Amino acid sequence: MKPISIQFLLLLTTLIWYGCSGKGAEQRAEAPEVDSTAILDQPETHGTEVKEVKLTNPLDQTMIKVGSDIYDLKCSSCHKLTEDRIVGPGWAGVTKKRKPEWIINMITNVDMMLAEDAEAQKLLEQCLVRMPNQNITPEEARSIIEFMRKNDGEK
Amino acid sequence: MKIINISSIALAVLAGGFFACKPDNAGKSGGSELAGDAAQKVYVAPGKHDEFYNIVSGGFNGQLSVVGLPSGRVLRIIPVFSQFAENGWGYSEETKPMLNTSHGFVPWDDSHHVALSTTNGEHDGKWAFINGNNTPRIARVSLSTFRTDEIIEIPNSGGNHSSPFITANSEYAVAGTRFSVPPDANADVSINSFKQNFKGYISFVSIDKTTGRMAIKFQLKTPGVSFDLARAGKGKSDGWFFFSCYNTEQANSLLEVNASQKDKDFILAVNWKKAEQYLAQGKGKKEAAKFAHNVYDEKTHSATSTIINEVMTLDPKECPDMLYFMPCPKSPHGCDVDPTGSYIVGSGKLAAVIPVFSFDKIQQAIAAKTFDGSFDGIPVLKYEAVLHGEVKKPGLGPLHTEFDGQGNAITSFFVSSELVKWNLQSLEVLDRVPTYYSVGHLSIPGGPTSKPHGKYVIAYNKITKDRYLPTGPELTQSAQLYDISGEKMKLLLDFPTIGEPHYAEAIPASLVEKNSRKIFKLEENNHPYVAKGEKEAKVVRKGNEVHVYMTSIRSHFTPDNIEGVKMGDDVYFHVTNLEQDWDVPHGFAVRGANNAEILIMPGETCTLKWKPSRVGVTPIYCTDFCSALHQEMQGYVRVSPAGSKIPLSWGTGKNPTAEAEQKVAKR
Repeated sequence: MKPISIQFLLLLTTLIWYGCSGKGAEQRAEAPEVDSTAILDQPETHGTEVKEVKLTNPLDQTMIKVGSDIYDLKCSSCHKLTEDRIVGPGWAGVTKKRKPEWIINMITNVDMMLAEDAEAQKLLEQCLVRMPNQNITPEEARSIIEFMRKNDGEK
Repeated sequence: MKIINISSIALAVLAGGFFACKPDNAGKSGGSELAGDAAQKVYVAPGKHDEFYNIVSGGFNGQLSVVGLPSGRVLRIIPVFSQFAENGWGYSEETKPMLNTSHGFVPWDDSHHVALSTTNGEHDGKWAFINGNNTPRIARVSLSTFRTDEIIEIPNSGGNHSSPFITANSEYAVAGTRFSVPPDANADVSINSFKQNFKGYISFVSIDKTTGRMAIKFQLKTPGVSFDLARAGKGKSDGWFFFSCYNTEQANSLLEVNASQKDKDFILAVNWKKAEQYLAQGKGKKEAAKFAHNVYDEKTHSATSTIINEVMTLDPKECPDMLYFMPCPKSPHGCDVDPTGSYIVGSGKLAAVIPVFSFDKIQQAIAAKTFDGSFDGIPVLKYEAVLHGEVKKPGLGPLHTEFDGQGNAITSFFVSSELVKWNLQSLEVLDRVPTYYSVGHLSIPGGPTSKPHGKYVIAYNKITKDRYLPTGPELTQSAQLYDISGEKMKLLLDFPTIGEPHYAEAIPASLVEKNSRKIFKLEENNHPYVAKGEKEAKVVRKGNEVHVYMTSIRSHFTPDNIEGVKMGDDVYFHVTNLEQDWDVPHGFAVRGANNAEILIMPGETCTLKWKPSRVGVTPIYCTDFCSALHQEMQGYVRVSPAGSKIPLSWGTGKNPTAEAEQKVAKR
C-alpha cells in the first residue's frame, strides 16, 4: 500500500505544482489535501494595487526626508544604498531599473506582486526571503521613491 | 479502590437512582446522551474559524487558556500570574515587575475565575479579568493583544477566591477573602481570637471605563466568615452584589467538620451603590496596608510596579442598610444571578435542594424588616420571606449554575457527576446528562450576562481517569461540550484542558476577533532601549552593565558579533523586532542563560539579562523559525576575564553576501 500512496502523492503534488506554477515559490511548498472552499474564504490581507505614480522634478525635499527616515527604521536592515545585496537587493539604480508603480506595489502589496509579477518571483528565488510587509502606506512608499531617486543621483 | 466503589454505590443509593460518581464507559461508545451528528457539529474545516472564544482559567498553572469552540482546540496560553519560559513572561526585564507583590517577586499563583467585561450586562469584548487566589490579586487581560495588562494585589485578604465577578457595566471587580484574617496592619494576634479579631474583607476594585485601569475603591470589613463565590446584580438588581459564604460557625480549625455544623450558611447581599454613598459622605476610613499595583504599558513594552501603603475601608457597623445576610442551605458555593437579575441561585454543596431567591422579595423583606435576628450586627433576612422556591432533589453536590437565556438554568453536580437543566419559574427539573467525571464549573456562552448566547454548555471536570490515552499518574483535566439548542442536552465533544479549568467564559468570536492586534507599530515604540533601525544598534557600557541595543529582522541580528564583555558584567540584550508584518516574531536565546528565552513580537522591544558564567565565546540565536534562513540567524558574544583590556566592539558583517559573491566571481 505504502509505495502506491507515495506515488499517488507525488503525482498529486506534481499536478498541483503545474496547476499553480504561475503563482510563485510560495505555492510550491507541500500542498496537503484541504477543503478548498475553506481556503477561498480566507483572503490574504494586503494593500490595493497602485496603478499610476507621477514623478516630478526637482525632487521634493520633504518627501526625501520622510523617505530617508522610513529607510532607517524599516528598510536598512535588508537593503543597502549601494548595489550590494544583504537580504534584499541594494537600492543603487533601482529607480532606473523599475517603474515607480512596480516599486510601490513591491512595498505595499507584496502578496500580489509575488503571486503575479515574474520579476518579483525571480527576486524571491534569489533572496529566499519574502519581502516583508513593513506596514507602509502608499503615500509613505512614494516618499521612499523620492529618497531612492536622490540615491540614484536625480536632482 | 474497594472503599471508593462502596462509597459510590452508597451515594448512588442515596441519590435514589441518580447517576453514580463515575458512570463507567458512558458516552464512550456513543451512549444515548451522545448526539448522532456530534462529529459534524464540532468539525471546523481546515482554515475555518471557531464560532466562540473560550477563555479558560488555568487553575494551578496560574494562566489563562484560549480555546476555540466548538472544536475544543487550544489556541494560546496567556501567561498571567506565573512565569512562562516559552516567551519570557516574568523572566524578561520588562515583565518581571508584573509579578511583584508586597511579598516581593512571586512567580506563580493559583488562578480561578474568569470574568469578561460587560456593558449593560452584555459582553463587550474588551477585557478578561482573573483572580490570583494564593497571593490575592486580580489581573486584567487585554482581548486585543491577549496579554496581561495589569495586576493589582489585594491587601487584608487571605485567599482571593470570591473574585473577580464584575458588575453589569464593569464598574467594579470584587475580591472577597476566602480565609478571614486579622487586618494586615495588626495581624499578630492569637488564632483563637478569630471571632474578635478576624474580618472577612470584601474589596471593590474600580475599573476605568476607557483604559480599564484598576484601583481599590474601598474594602468592606465584614464579619469573619469564608467568602466563596459571588455575582453582581443586573437589570433590576444592578447596584447589588451577592456573595456566598461558608464557615459562619467561625471555626479556625478542622473546618471540614467544624464549618459544616449549621443547616444553613449565608449569602451576603451588598448594596454597593449605598456603599458609594457612604464613601461620598466621608464614612470611609483610610487604613495602613501594603499592596502592589503593576501596569504594563503597550508603548514602552514595559511594566512598572508601584507599592501602595493605604486602603480605604468601610465599617458596616457605621453604615446601616448596606449589608444583609440571607440564610442558604448548606455550605453554599455557587451564587449565580439569572439574566434578568430577578433570581439568585445558591448552590449548597451539602444541600439536598437548590434554593432560588427572589430579588423583589429581598427588597420587600428589607422594607418590612422581616428579619431572623442578626449576625455580628448585620440583619439576617428570613429564609422563607426571600425565597422564590427550591429545586427539589436536583442531584448531589450542586456547585455552579449558568443560564441559557430561554428561562432555564443548568447546574453542575460534583458528587453525582452531572449537569441538570431546570426551569427558573417552575423550578422543575427538565433534563440531566452525565459528565466525565465530577464536574466543577460549567459555562454557557454569555451564561453569566444579561444576554446569554446559549447554544452550548461546557462541563469542566475535576476528574479525568480513563477519558484519554493515559499519561502516567498526572493527567490533563477533561472538559465536555454539550449541545443545548434542543430539548435534550446532547454530548458533542470531549477535550483536554491545560492546568485546572476553574471556570471559563465563552464569547462569540465576532465580538473579539475584529479587535485582535497584529503588530506593534515601530513608530509608537517608546521603549527606553529601542533601536529604531540598524542605524541605532549599538553596545554601551555603564560600569559593569553592558547594554546591547539589538535589532532583529529576517534573518539576522545587528549586532551579531560582540566583543569586550567581561566576567562580572551584567549583559542586557534589548532586542527590537523590526518586522511590521503579522506573525513574524523573532526569538532570542543565549547559551547558559539562567532565566528564559524571549519571544519578540513585530515592533516590540524585549530585554533578556545575561550574566556570563565563563570566559569564552557564547553563541546567540533566534528561537522562532522566521524564514528560510532562520537557521542562519545567529551570532557570537566573546566574554573575556575580568580586568581584560579587550575593548567593546560590535558589528554585523559589513556585507558578507557581496564579499562571498565577489569571491565566486573572481574564481
